[in-house]
Amino acid sequence: MSLAFTRRALLKTAAAGAAAAALSRRTAAQASGRVVVVGGGFGGATCARELKRKGLAVTLVEANAVYTACPFSNAVLAGLRPIETQQFNLDAVEKEGIAIIRQRAVRADPQARRVVLEDGSSQDYDRLVLSPGIDIRFDALPGYDEAAAGTMPHAWKAGEQTILLRRQLEAMDDGGTFVMVAPANPFRCPPGPYERASLIAHYFKTHKPRSKLLILDAKDSFSKQRLFQAAWQELYPGMIEWVSLSSGGKVIEVDAKTRTLVTDFGRHTGDVVNVIPPQRAGQIAQAGGAADRTGWCPIDPVTFESRLQPNVHVIGDASIAGGMPKSAFSANAQGKVCAAAVASLLRGEAPAEPKLINTCYSLVAPDYGISVAGVYNPRNGVLTDVEGAGGTSPVSAPPSFRAQEAVYAEAWFQTIAREVYG
Amino acid sequence: MARLASVLTMGGMMSVAVVVMVKTMPAAAQGVAPPGATSCSGCHGPGVSDAAVPPLHGRPSEEIVAAMQEYRNGRRPATVMDRVAKGFTDEETRAIASWLSQQP
Ligand SMILES: Cc1cc2nc3c(=O)[nH]c(=O)nc-3n(C[C@H](O)[C@H](O)[C@H](O)COP(=O)(O)OP(=O)(O)OC[C@H]3O[C@@H](n4cnc5c(N)ncnc54)[C@H](O)[C@@H]3O)c2cc1C
Repeated sequence: MSLAFTRRALLKTAAAGAAAAALSRRTAAQASGRVVVVGGGFGGATCARELKRKGLAVTLVEANAVYTACPFSNAVLAGLRPIETQQFNLDAVEKEGIAIIRQRAVRADPQARRVVLEDGSSQDYDRLVLSPGIDIRFDALPGYDEAAAGTMPHAWKAGEQTILLRRQLEAMDDGGTFVMVAPANPFRCPPGPYERASLIAHYFKTHKPRSKLLILDAKDSFSKQRLFQAAWQELYPGMIEWVSLSSGGKVIEVDAKTRTLVTDFGRHTGDVVNVIPPQRAGQIAQAGGAADRTGWCPIDPVTFESRLQPNVHVIGDASIAGGMPKSAFSANAQGKVCAAAVASLLRGEAPAEPKLINTCYSLVAPDYGISVAGVYNPRNGVLTDVEGAGGTSPVSAPPSFRAQEAVYAEAWFQTIAREVYG
Repeated sequence: MARLASVLTMGGMMSVAVVVMVKTMPAAAQGVAPPGATSCSGCHGPGVSDAAVPPLHGRPSEEIVAAMQEYRNGRRPATVMDRVAKGFTDEETRAIASWLSQQP
């Protein structure tokens, strides 16, 4: 497939472009103030760069030296691309003049406007932006703790977990069963589990054709469901079985030693088991008092400022963004809107009402892409779908249409990676 | 300002767009993106001319407005842009197009 792209070439041209763009993008009115951004993923790195281009002093706190992107990591699981094509660093972001602190932020004190880092030092801010992504809730599904993730990987944070699940799939005999446990809403990347099942089915079909997939789901419906199910019938007939919540799909307990999954109706075992467990906003959002009892962060839809903590903004997966799904596309769009709002607030101006777009592509096969899109604006205090816009790809479309969307899917990933890290 | 002035001379539609921009934005912040505009670069990244998805930065404003109108009314074949275009009014589209046309 055409997924391979040369990251070095991409980053090289992108770095030159970014430097030129940074010079010419200075705006007339520059705000002043100190902004600290926690998390250098799709949301945080985007926001930090936009803030810097608006003339603000920006510090970005990121715990990991290498960022492994989740979008397209399902293609890594299917053996369609190497994990290296998912990996990025913050060198270009740093070159733009953003101070990078390679540490974990452990606490935020909104009263003192201070973030405390793991080495005990702290950073003062005028405005704080949190984009910590998700934490896996290792307390939510009995039997599924960190040790269990070593046997039944979640692979819902890309990196080691992705490699582990890939190895298990490679080691599995032809004729084996892959079982996936899919979570209830809300969770990171709503179509992600079904894209994953599709691409693993593609791997089985081409390498281990007697194998089967079973999805045990805690939901009765899922994103792009009609499109996925029609494609499964067409491309992988008889291979994928989806068990919905009301047919007994909800897993209530797991046993990592025997790779057993317990539902109210029975027990299942698999040769390879992928548990996508419940999630919540990253720990720093909880420690900073920005998360509510759901584990996610309520925000003002115009500024992304926390409803719970003044001068703290939350973007990306950690936020409760109304109709916007937890996607990299959303996090990137929110990062830009949040940066504009923070700059306005620091200038003492009223932030403008935003509008945001999301488009999530999924690959059902290397040359078969589908998408869901939406346009959002604040209504009654929540980000709401603009009526008449958005929706999924058509249910019936010629192969050329699906192939075109697969091309656009990859083009999107290259473009966003360049905007955020190039 | 130089760019705004040259757009103004294109007359008709475009002067309407520019008037809208000037009215809805503080004078000092004409570089400020109108609602929706910053989302576009998620797919339409600047600077790669042979990309599968065309860049929009620096593209003539009237071209973008026309394309969006055709996506909205179904006259231009689309995979996703028909669904996105329907989320914006003519006025919003003109403001976005004008801003995009001025981006490096
Ligand atoms: C399998 C899979 C497929 C996906 N496919 C797509 C797709 O096709 N399209 C799409 O749009 N989205 C996709 N997504 C979703 C996408 O990955 C997320 O929505 C996106 O990464 C969210 O960005 P974020 O900035 O909120 O969090 P992240 O990208 O997770 O970034 C958070 C960063 O913060 C850092 N961090 C966290 N806490 C701290 C702290 N206390 N101190 C310092 N640093 C900290 C982390 O190290 C991390 O680098 C997919 C997800 C998965 C799991």
